[in-house]
Amino acid sequence: MMIELLKDALGWVLIGGGGIFVVIGAIGLNRMPDVFTRMQATSVGDTFGAGLMIVGMIVQAGFSLVAAKLLFILLFLWFTGPVATHALARAALIAGVKPVLAPDSPVAPDLDDTAKGGSS
Amino acid sequence: MFAAGLLAVIVALALAVARALRGPTTFDRLIAANSIGVGAILVLALFGFLTDRPEFLDIGLTYALLNIVGTFAVLKFFRYGALGHEGIEEEGG
Repeated sequence: MMIELLKDALGWVLIGGGGIFVVIGAIGLNRMPDVFTRMQATSVGDTFGAGLMIVGMIVQAGFSLVAAKLLFILLFLWFTGPVATHALARAALIAGVKPVLAPDSPVAPDLDDTAKGGSS
Repeated sequence: MFAAGLLAVIVALALAVARALRGPTTFDRLIAANSIGVGAILVLALFGFLTDRPEFLDIGLTYALLNIVGTFAVLKFFRYGALGHEGIEEEGG
């Protein structure tokens, strides 16, 4: 009885908190001024919010195959999310998108090299 | 609790679709597409819990794997104009 109550409370906190993070990330995606700030808002919101929600579902599922599958989804999200964001930021810099908030920030030398078709 | 989470994710999905339709550059649309992919995984998992059908998680797992491949495919396509770009070593020799 006590365990059930604890599970429900923990599930509400984790899934509710994850939902709040996901929505805040999506609002940031709409409100931020340029590609890089949008990327930051939504990447952090998605990674952390989705992580919280999936941990909440693992708590609800208990020790079972469902929990193992959820754990794998969590691992994939946590590995691929930052990698995809990094690749997007690099591709945006190479394509010549300037950050609005720092328009004359220097581009890293290895990025210049890659843009000319040098070895990567 | 799953219904509340589902509602939050659907709101986030709607906002991401708005950015994907509006975004001035390709990269904005790709960020939104990535976000939509994560949202779709969450919707699948939460809906599976809501209706007691845990086999939805397998679809979510597949979607998690496909999401990053899709992002990289679109990035590569817009950089080189083709997915089967020749390697740099082959150009020299």
